[in-house]
Amino acid sequence: MLSRRLIACLDVRDGSVVKGVRFEQLRHAGDPAALARRYNDEGADEIVVLDVSATIEGRRALADTIRAVAREVFIPLAVGGGIRGRSDAVAVFDAGADKVCVNTAAVEDPSLITALAERYGSQAVVVAIDAKRSRAGLTTGPSSGFEAVVRSGREPTGRDAVEWAREAVERGAGELLVTSMDRDGTREGFDCDLTAAVAEAVPIPVIASGGAGQPEHFADVFTLGRADAALAASIFHYSERSLADLKTFLGSRGIPVRQHPWR
Amino acid sequence: MIAVLDYGVGNLQSVEKALGAAGAEVRRVTEPGEIDRAAAIVVPGVGHFRATAVLGLEWRTALRAFAAGGGPLLGICLGMQWFFEGSEEAPELEGLGLFAGRCARLAAPRVPHVGWNSLEPRGDSRLLDGIAPGSQVYFTHSFAAPITDTCIAATEYGSPFASLSARGNVAGAQFHPEKSGDVGLRFLRNFVSTIPRS
Repeated sequence: MLSRRLIACLDVRDGSVVKGVRFEQLRHAGDPAALARRYNDEGADEIVVLDVSATIEGRRALADTIRAVAREVFIPLAVGGGIRGRSDAVAVFDAGADKVCVNTAAVEDPSLITALAERYGSQAVVVAIDAKRSRAGLTTGPSSGFEAVVRSGREPTGRDAVEWAREAVERGAGELLVTSMDRDGTREGFDCDLTAAVAEAVPIPVIASGGAGQPEHFADVFTLGRADAALAASIFHYSERSLADLKTFLGSRGIPVRQHPWR
Repeated sequence: MIAVLDYGVGNLQSVEKALGAAGAEVRRVTEPGEIDRAAAIVVPGVGHFRATAVLGLEWRTALRAFAAGGGPLLGICLGMQWFFEGSEEAPELEGLGLFAGRCARLAAPRVPHVGWNSLEPRGDSRLLDGIAPGSQVYFTHSFAAPITDTCIAATEYGSPFASLSARGNVAGAQFHPEKSGDVGLRFLRNFVSTIPRS
Protein backbone atom coordinates (compact mmCIF):
# COMPACT_ATOMS: atom_id res chain seq x y z
CA MET A 1 0.00 0.00 0.00
CA LEU A 2 1.20 3.50 -0.77
CA SER A 3 2.42 5.22 2.39
CA ARG A 4 1.50 8.73 3.40
CA ARG A 5 4.67 10.77 3.28
CA LEU A 6 6.18 12.95 5.98
CA ILE A 7 8.27 15.65 4.38
CA ALA A 8 10.84 17.59 6.39
CA CYS A 9 11.31 21.18 5.29
CA LEU A 10 14.54 23.11 5.77
CA ASP A 11 14.17 26.87 5.55
CA VAL A 12 17.55 28.03 4.36
CA ARG A 13 18.93 31.55 4.23
CA ASP A 14 22.40 32.33 2.90
CA GLY A 15 23.34 28.69 3.28
CA SER A 16 22.09 28.16 6.86
CA VAL A 17 18.90 26.72 8.30
CA VAL A 18 16.98 29.57 9.87
CA LYS A 19 13.79 28.27 11.45
CA GLY A 20 13.31 26.37 14.65
CA VAL A 21 16.92 25.43 15.02
CA ARG A 22 17.48 23.44 18.21
CA PHE A 23 20.05 20.78 17.55
CA GLU A 24 22.58 20.82 20.32
CA GLN A 25 23.69 17.35 19.31
CA LEU A 26 24.69 18.49 15.85
CA ARG A 27 28.26 19.57 15.36
CA HIS A 28 27.29 22.32 12.96
CA ALA A 29 23.97 23.66 14.17
CA GLY A 30 22.07 25.14 11.29
CA ASP A 31 24.07 23.26 8.69
CA PRO A 32 21.50 22.11 6.10
CA ALA A 33 23.42 18.98 5.13
CA ALA A 34 23.80 17.83 8.75
CA LEU A 35 20.13 18.47 9.46
CA ALA A 36 19.03 16.71 6.25
CA ARG A 37 21.15 13.75 7.28
CA ARG A 38 19.47 13.67 10.67
CA TYR A 39 15.99 13.78 9.14
CA ASN A 40 16.98 11.06 6.69
CA ASP A 41 18.16 8.86 9.57
CA GLU A 42 15.01 9.55 11.59
CA GLY A 43 12.82 8.36 8.74
CA ALA A 44 11.77 11.45 6.77
CA ASP A 45 10.31 10.32 3.45
CA GLU A 46 11.48 13.35 1.56
CA ILE A 47 13.41 16.58 2.10
CA VAL A 48 12.38 20.03 0.91
CA VAL A 49 14.91 22.84 0.90
CA LEU A 50 13.13 26.17 0.87
CA ASP A 51 15.40 29.09 0.08
CA VAL A 52 14.37 32.25 1.90
CA SER A 53 17.49 34.27 1.04
CA ALA A 54 16.79 37.88 0.34
CA THR A 55 20.06 38.73 -1.35
CA ILE A 56 21.78 37.73 -4.57
CA GLU A 57 24.76 36.43 -2.56
CA GLY A 58 22.39 34.27 -0.56
CA ARG A 59 20.84 32.90 -3.72
CA ARG A 60 24.24 31.98 -5.05
CA ALA A 61 24.81 29.86 -1.97
CA LEU A 62 21.72 27.77 -2.81
CA ALA A 63 23.44 25.57 -5.40
CA ASP A 64 26.17 24.71 -2.89
CA THR A 65 23.53 23.94 -0.26
CA ILE A 66 21.66 21.63 -2.65
CA ARG A 67 24.88 19.82 -3.57
CA ALA A 68 25.79 19.36 0.09
CA VAL A 69 22.32 18.09 1.02
CA ALA A 70 22.15 15.78 -2.02
CA ARG A 71 25.45 14.20 -0.96
CA GLU A 72 23.98 13.31 2.45
CA VAL A 73 20.63 11.77 1.61
CA PHE A 74 19.33 8.96 -0.59
CA ILE A 75 15.71 10.07 -0.51
CA PRO A 76 13.89 12.52 -2.80
CA LEU A 77 14.98 16.13 -2.58
CA ALA A 78 12.79 19.04 -3.66
CA VAL A 79 13.90 22.66 -3.77
CA GLY A 80 11.80 25.79 -3.79
CA GLY A 81 11.75 29.45 -2.87
CA GLY A 82 12.66 32.21 -5.24
CA ILE A 83 12.50 30.14 -8.43
CA ARG A 84 11.85 33.06 -10.77
CA GLY A 85 12.02 31.24 -14.06
CA ARG A 86 13.48 28.53 -16.17
CA SER A 87 17.14 29.29 -15.53
CA ASP A 88 16.69 29.22 -11.73
CA ALA A 89 14.99 25.83 -12.08
CA VAL A 90 17.76 24.50 -14.32
CA ALA A 91 20.38 25.54 -11.75
CA VAL A 92 18.46 23.72 -9.02
CA PHE A 93 18.24 20.50 -11.04
CA ASP A 94 21.89 20.74 -12.07
CA ALA A 95 22.85 20.96 -8.40
CA GLY A 96 21.11 17.64 -7.72
CA ALA A 97 17.46 18.34 -6.86
CA ASP A 98 14.88 15.77 -7.96
CA LYS A 99 11.99 18.22 -7.95
CA VAL A 100 11.53 21.95 -8.13
CA CYS A 101 8.74 23.89 -6.39
CA VAL A 102 7.42 26.88 -8.29
CA ASN A 103 4.99 29.38 -6.85
CA THR A 104 4.83 33.08 -7.76
CA ALA A 105 6.63 32.61 -11.07
CA ALA A 106 4.07 29.97 -12.10
CA VAL A 107 1.14 32.25 -11.25
CA GLU A 108 2.69 35.05 -13.29
CA ASP A 109 3.59 32.79 -16.19
CA PRO A 110 1.82 29.42 -16.08
CA SER A 111 3.64 28.28 -19.23
CA LEU A 112 6.69 27.84 -16.97
CA ILE A 113 5.00 24.71 -15.54
CA THR A 114 4.63 23.20 -19.01
CA ALA A 115 8.16 24.12 -20.05
CA LEU A 116 9.66 22.47 -16.96
CA ALA A 117 7.39 19.41 -17.24
CA GLU A 118 8.42 18.91 -20.86
CA ARG A 119 12.10 19.19 -20.03
CA TYR A 120 12.25 17.27 -16.73
CA GLY A 121 8.98 15.35 -16.60
CA SER A 122 5.89 16.17 -14.56
CA GLN A 123 7.21 14.16 -11.61
CA ALA A 124 9.88 16.83 -11.18
CA VAL A 125 7.49 19.78 -11.08
CA VAL A 126 5.75 20.67 -7.83
CA VAL A 127 3.46 23.68 -7.99
CA ALA A 128 3.32 25.38 -4.61
CA ILE A 129 0.03 27.14 -3.91
CA ASP A 130 -0.27 29.48 -0.95
CA ALA A 131 -3.92 29.96 -0.05
CA LYS A 132 -5.93 32.14 2.31
CA ARG A 133 -9.52 31.81 3.41
CA SER A 134 -11.66 34.51 1.86
CA ARG A 135 -13.07 37.01 4.32
CA ALA A 136 -16.49 36.04 5.63
CA GLY A 137 -19.49 37.91 4.34
CA LEU A 138 -18.14 38.57 0.85
CA THR A 139 -20.57 37.58 -1.85
CA THR A 140 -17.99 37.77 -4.61
CA GLY A 141 -14.59 36.18 -4.79
CA PRO A 142 -13.29 32.64 -5.00
CA SER A 143 -16.14 30.14 -5.03
CA SER A 144 -14.16 27.54 -3.07
CA GLY A 145 -13.63 30.06 -0.28
CA PHE A 146 -9.85 29.97 -0.73
CA GLU A 147 -7.83 32.55 -2.59
CA ALA A 148 -4.36 32.02 -4.01
CA VAL A 149 -1.79 34.49 -2.72
CA VAL A 150 1.78 35.09 -3.88
CA ARG A 151 5.02 36.74 -2.75
CA SER A 152 5.15 34.84 0.54
CA GLY A 153 1.49 35.57 1.18
CA ARG A 154 1.78 39.34 0.86
CA GLU A 155 -0.05 39.69 -2.43
CA PRO A 156 -3.56 38.40 -3.17
CA THR A 157 -4.13 37.20 -6.73
CA GLY A 158 -7.93 37.34 -6.80
CA ARG A 159 -7.81 33.75 -8.09
CA ASP A 160 -9.65 30.83 -6.59
CA ALA A 161 -6.96 28.54 -5.16
CA VAL A 162 -8.81 25.38 -6.19
CA GLU A 163 -9.35 26.64 -9.71
CA TRP A 164 -5.63 27.52 -9.93
CA ALA A 165 -4.81 24.02 -8.71
CA ARG A 166 -6.83 22.56 -11.58
CA GLU A 167 -5.04 24.75 -14.10
CA ALA A 168 -1.62 23.85 -12.67
CA VAL A 169 -2.43 20.17 -13.21
CA GLU A 170 -3.59 20.76 -16.77
CA ARG A 171 -0.34 22.57 -17.47
CA GLY A 172 1.76 19.66 -16.27
CA ALA A 173 2.27 19.81 -12.50
CA GLY A 174 3.15 16.43 -10.98
CA GLU A 175 2.32 17.34 -7.37
CA LEU A 176 0.79 20.26 -5.50
CA LEU A 177 2.22 21.70 -2.30
CA VAL A 178 -0.69 23.49 -0.67
CA THR A 179 0.13 25.88 2.18
CA SER A 180 -2.48 27.50 4.35
CA MET A 181 -1.31 31.05 5.03
CA ASP A 182 -3.92 31.29 7.78
CA ARG A 183 -2.34 28.37 9.65
CA ASP A 184 1.33 28.74 8.72
CA GLY A 185 3.38 29.16 11.88
CA THR A 186 0.36 28.87 14.20
CA ARG A 187 0.80 25.18 15.19
CA GLU A 188 -3.02 25.00 15.34
CA GLY A 189 -3.24 22.23 12.78
CA PHE A 190 -3.40 21.97 9.01
CA ASP A 191 -6.34 23.55 7.19
CA CYS A 192 -8.03 20.27 6.32
CA ASP A 193 -10.88 21.98 4.45
CA LEU A 194 -8.33 23.53 2.10
CA THR A 195 -6.38 20.36 1.38
CA ALA A 196 -9.57 18.30 0.98
CA ALA A 197 -11.01 20.86 -1.46
CA VAL A 198 -7.85 20.70 -3.57
CA ALA A 199 -7.46 16.91 -3.32
CA GLU A 200 -11.05 16.42 -4.49
CA ALA A 201 -10.49 18.71 -7.45
CA VAL A 202 -7.27 17.24 -8.83
CA PRO A 203 -6.06 13.73 -9.74
CA ILE A 204 -2.43 14.22 -8.57
CA PRO A 205 -0.80 13.99 -5.12
CA VAL A 206 -1.41 16.85 -2.69
CA ILE A 207 1.13 17.83 -0.04
CA ALA A 208 -0.35 19.69 2.93
CA SER A 209 1.63 22.43 4.62
CA GLY A 210 1.13 25.05 7.31
CA GLY A 211 -0.01 24.63 10.88
CA ALA A 212 1.51 21.34 12.07
CA GLY A 213 1.77 21.43 15.86
CA GLN A 214 1.14 17.94 17.18
CA PRO A 215 0.79 14.33 15.98
CA GLU A 216 -3.02 14.55 15.92
CA HIS A 217 -2.78 17.23 13.23
CA PHE A 218 -1.04 14.82 10.87
CA ALA A 219 -3.66 12.13 11.47
CA ASP A 220 -6.36 14.71 10.69
CA VAL A 221 -4.79 15.95 7.46
CA PHE A 222 -4.29 12.39 6.17
CA THR A 223 -7.93 11.49 6.87
CA LEU A 224 -10.22 14.55 6.90
CA GLY A 225 -7.80 16.56 4.77
CA ARG A 226 -7.26 13.74 2.24
CA ALA A 227 -3.61 14.74 1.84
CA ASP A 228 -1.09 12.33 0.33
CA ALA A 229 1.82 13.92 2.16
CA ALA A 230 2.38 16.45 4.91
CA LEU A 231 5.20 18.91 5.22
CA ALA A 232 6.51 20.50 8.37
CA ALA A 233 9.61 22.21 9.65
CA SER A 234 9.77 23.17 13.29
CA ILE A 235 7.68 20.33 14.74
CA PHE A 236 10.37 17.87 13.71
CA HIS A 237 12.89 19.72 15.88
CA TYR A 238 11.08 19.21 19.18
CA SER A 239 12.71 16.01 20.24
CA GLU A 240 15.32 13.68 18.97
CA ARG A 241 12.84 10.99 18.04
CA SER A 242 9.92 13.12 16.91
CA LEU A 243 9.74 11.89 13.32
CA ALA A 244 10.01 8.23 14.27
CA ASP A 245 7.52 8.70 17.12
CA LEU A 246 5.12 10.47 14.79
CA LYS A 247 5.26 7.54 12.39
CA THR A 248 4.57 5.09 15.19
CA PHE A 249 1.60 7.20 16.26
CA LEU A 250 0.20 7.38 12.72
CA GLY A 251 0.70 3.64 12.29
CA SER A 252 -1.32 3.04 15.46
CA ARG A 253 -4.13 5.07 13.89
CA GLY A 254 -4.18 2.79 10.86
CA ILE A 255 -2.53 5.33 8.58
CA PRO A 256 0.01 3.66 6.29
CA VAL A 257 3.51 5.09 6.80
CA ARG A 258 6.96 3.87 5.89
CA GLN A 259 8.71 2.33 8.86
CA HIS A 260 12.44 2.04 8.97
CA PRO A 261 13.48 -1.36 7.66
CA TRP A 262 16.33 -2.17 10.04
CA ARG A 263 15.65 -0.15 13.11
CA MET B 1 33.35 0.04 -14.10
CA ILE B 2 29.59 0.54 -14.41
CA ALA B 3 28.49 2.61 -17.37
CA VAL B 4 25.55 4.90 -16.64
CA LEU B 5 23.81 5.75 -19.87
CA ASP B 6 23.28 9.47 -20.35
CA TYR B 7 20.57 10.15 -22.92
CA GLY B 8 19.48 13.50 -21.60
CA VAL B 9 16.86 12.55 -19.01
CA GLY B 10 16.77 12.26 -15.28
CA ASN B 11 18.86 13.07 -12.30
CA LEU B 12 22.00 11.13 -13.22
CA GLN B 13 23.96 12.53 -10.29
CA SER B 14 21.81 10.72 -7.77
CA VAL B 15 22.13 7.42 -9.64
CA GLU B 16 25.93 7.81 -9.86
CA LYS B 17 26.18 8.82 -6.21
CA ALA B 18 24.11 5.85 -5.04
CA LEU B 19 26.06 3.37 -7.20
CA GLY B 20 29.23 4.88 -5.74
CA ALA B 21 27.85 4.36 -2.23
CA ALA B 22 27.10 0.76 -3.24
CA GLY B 23 30.77 0.29 -3.96
CA ALA B 24 30.89 0.70 -7.73
CA GLU B 25 33.13 2.75 -9.93
CA VAL B 26 30.87 4.69 -12.28
CA ARG B 27 31.28 6.37 -15.63
CA ARG B 28 28.73 8.35 -17.58
CA VAL B 29 28.52 7.31 -21.24
CA THR B 30 26.88 9.12 -24.13
CA GLU B 31 28.02 6.97 -27.09
CA PRO B 32 27.47 3.24 -27.73
CA GLY B 33 31.20 2.84 -28.42
CA GLU B 34 31.98 3.80 -24.84
CA ILE B 35 30.43 0.69 -23.28
CA ASP B 36 33.15 -1.64 -24.58
CA ARG B 37 35.02 -1.56 -21.30
CA ALA B 38 31.96 -1.58 -19.04
CA ALA B 39 31.48 -4.47 -16.61
CA ALA B 40 27.82 -3.53 -16.19
CA ILE B 41 25.40 -0.98 -17.61
CA VAL B 42 22.67 1.05 -15.94
CA VAL B 43 19.97 2.72 -18.02
CA PRO B 44 18.31 5.33 -15.78
CA GLY B 45 15.63 7.80 -16.73
CA VAL B 46 12.44 9.50 -15.71
CA GLY B 47 9.82 11.26 -17.76
CA HIS B 48 7.99 10.52 -20.99
CA PHE B 49 8.56 7.30 -22.96
CA ARG B 50 9.22 9.50 -25.99
CA ALA B 51 12.56 10.43 -24.41
CA THR B 52 13.81 6.94 -25.30
CA ALA B 53 13.46 7.78 -29.00
CA VAL B 54 17.05 9.10 -28.98
CA LEU B 55 18.27 5.58 -28.21
CA GLY B 56 18.50 4.51 -31.84
CA LEU B 57 19.67 1.44 -33.68
CA GLU B 58 23.29 1.71 -32.58
CA TRP B 59 22.37 1.79 -28.92
CA ARG B 60 19.87 -1.02 -29.35
CA THR B 61 22.42 -3.22 -31.09
CA ALA B 62 25.11 -2.48 -28.51
CA LEU B 63 22.87 -3.11 -25.50
CA ARG B 64 21.37 -6.29 -26.96
CA ALA B 65 24.88 -7.60 -27.64
CA PHE B 66 25.97 -6.65 -24.12
CA ALA B 67 22.99 -8.45 -22.62
CA ALA B 68 23.46 -11.49 -24.86
CA GLY B 69 27.10 -11.66 -23.74
CA GLY B 70 25.98 -12.00 -20.12
CA GLY B 71 26.78 -8.45 -18.99
CA PRO B 72 24.66 -7.24 -16.06
CA LEU B 73 22.17 -4.67 -17.29
CA LEU B 74 19.86 -2.67 -15.02
CA GLY B 75 17.07 -0.36 -16.14
CA ILE B 76 15.58 2.13 -13.70
CA CYS B 77 12.08 3.59 -14.09
CA LEU B 78 11.85 4.78 -17.71
CA GLY B 79 14.98 2.72 -18.50
CA MET B 80 13.18 -0.37 -17.22
CA GLN B 81 10.03 0.42 -19.21
CA TRP B 82 12.17 0.71 -22.32
CA PHE B 83 13.44 -2.87 -21.72
CA PHE B 84 9.87 -4.06 -22.43
CA GLU B 85 8.36 -4.18 -25.93
CA GLY B 86 6.85 -0.73 -25.71
CA SER B 87 4.50 1.52 -23.79
CA GLU B 88 1.01 2.89 -24.16
CA GLU B 89 2.57 6.29 -23.43
CA ALA B 90 4.17 6.42 -26.90
CA PRO B 91 2.69 3.50 -28.88
CA GLU B 92 4.60 4.48 -32.02
CA LEU B 93 7.95 3.72 -30.36
CA GLU B 94 9.47 0.31 -29.90
CA GLY B 95 11.10 -0.77 -26.69
CA LEU B 96 14.20 -2.93 -26.54
CA GLY B 97 12.12 -6.10 -26.10
CA LEU B 98 14.37 -7.74 -23.49
CA PHE B 99 11.23 -8.41 -21.45
CA ALA B 100 7.94 -9.55 -22.98
CA GLY B 101 4.89 -7.32 -22.68
CA ARG B 102 4.02 -3.64 -22.94
CA CYS B 103 3.76 -0.97 -20.26
CA ALA B 104 0.34 0.54 -19.60
CA ARG B 105 -1.07 3.52 -17.75
CA LEU B 106 -1.69 2.89 -14.07
CA ALA B 107 -5.33 2.21 -13.29
CA ALA B 108 -5.65 4.28 -10.11
CA PRO B 109 -7.63 7.38 -9.14
CA ARG B 110 -4.53 9.41 -8.37
CA VAL B 111 -1.78 9.32 -11.01
CA PRO B 112 1.24 9.73 -10.96
CA HIS B 113 1.96 7.17 -8.29
CA VAL B 114 4.32 9.15 -6.07
CA GLY B 115 5.83 7.97 -2.82
CA TRP B 116 6.92 4.93 -0.87
CA ASN B 117 5.24 1.63 -1.57
CA SER B 118 6.03 -1.98 -0.73
CA LEU B 119 7.83 -4.67 -2.69
CA GLU B 120 6.10 -8.05 -2.62
CA PRO B 121 8.44 -10.74 -3.91
CA ARG B 122 7.10 -13.07 -6.58
CA GLY B 123 10.26 -14.92 -7.45
CA ASP B 124 13.78 -15.62 -6.34
CA SER B 125 16.54 -13.21 -7.19
CA ARG B 126 19.89 -12.27 -5.71
CA LEU B 127 18.77 -8.69 -6.23
CA LEU B 128 16.41 -9.11 -3.26
CA ASP B 129 19.03 -10.53 -0.88
CA GLY B 130 18.60 -8.96 2.54
CA ILE B 131 15.46 -7.09 1.52
CA ALA B 132 12.47 -8.22 3.57
CA PRO B 133 9.09 -8.74 1.87
CA GLY B 134 7.06 -5.56 2.22
CA SER B 135 10.11 -3.28 2.30
CA GLN B 136 9.26 0.16 1.01
CA VAL B 137 10.88 1.89 -1.92
CA TYR B 138 10.28 5.19 -3.71
CA PHE B 139 8.17 5.42 -6.87
CA THR B 140 7.24 8.23 -9.20
CA HIS B 141 5.57 7.14 -12.44
CA SER B 142 2.31 7.07 -14.42
CA PHE B 143 2.92 3.95 -16.52
CA ALA B 144 3.93 0.51 -15.33
CA ALA B 145 5.08 -2.90 -16.55
CA PRO B 146 2.81 -5.94 -16.66
CA ILE B 147 3.22 -8.92 -14.35
CA THR B 148 4.64 -11.75 -16.44
CA ASP B 149 7.01 -14.64 -15.71
CA THR B 150 9.91 -12.17 -15.44
CA CYS B 151 8.28 -10.39 -12.48
CA ILE B 152 10.46 -10.73 -9.36
CA ALA B 153 8.54 -8.30 -7.16
CA ALA B 154 5.13 -6.69 -7.53
CA THR B 155 3.63 -3.56 -6.03
CA GLU B 156 -0.01 -2.64 -5.63
CA TYR B 157 -1.33 0.73 -6.73
CA GLY B 158 -4.88 0.54 -8.03
CA SER B 159 -3.87 -2.88 -9.30
CA PRO B 160 -0.62 -4.84 -9.05
CA PHE B 161 2.23 -4.12 -11.45
CA ALA B 162 5.78 -5.42 -11.88
CA SER B 163 8.03 -3.25 -9.72
CA LEU B 164 11.06 -5.47 -10.33
CA SER B 165 11.60 -7.67 -13.35
CA ALA B 166 14.60 -9.85 -14.08
CA ARG B 167 15.68 -12.52 -16.49
CA GLY B 168 19.20 -13.84 -16.29
CA ASN B 169 21.59 -10.90 -16.27
CA VAL B 170 18.94 -8.32 -17.23
CA ALA B 171 16.97 -6.51 -14.53
CA GLY B 172 14.58 -3.58 -14.40
CA ALA B 173 13.25 -1.63 -11.43
CA GLN B 174 10.23 0.65 -11.62
CA PHE B 175 11.21 2.17 -8.28
CA HIS B 176 14.17 4.47 -7.82
CA PRO B 177 16.79 2.57 -5.81
CA GLU B 178 18.91 5.74 -5.71
CA LYS B 179 16.08 7.48 -3.83
CA SER B 180 14.95 4.57 -1.67
CA GLY B 181 17.17 5.00 1.36
CA ASP B 182 18.84 1.94 2.88
CA VAL B 183 16.65 -0.54 0.98
CA GLY B 184 17.61 1.07 -2.32
CA LEU B 185 21.31 1.01 -1.45
CA ARG B 186 21.07 -2.66 -0.51
CA PHE B 187 19.41 -3.37 -3.87
CA LEU B 188 22.21 -1.58 -5.70
CA ARG B 189 24.85 -3.44 -3.69
CA ASN B 190 23.13 -6.67 -4.71
CA PHE B 191 23.27 -5.58 -8.35
CA VAL B 192 26.93 -4.62 -8.04
CA SER B 193 27.63 -8.06 -6.55
CA THR B 194 26.32 -9.74 -9.72
CA ILE B 195 29.12 -8.20 -11.77
CA PRO B 196 31.65 -10.88 -12.68
CA ARG B 197 35.15 -10.11 -11.43
CA SER B 198 37.58 -9.70 -14.26
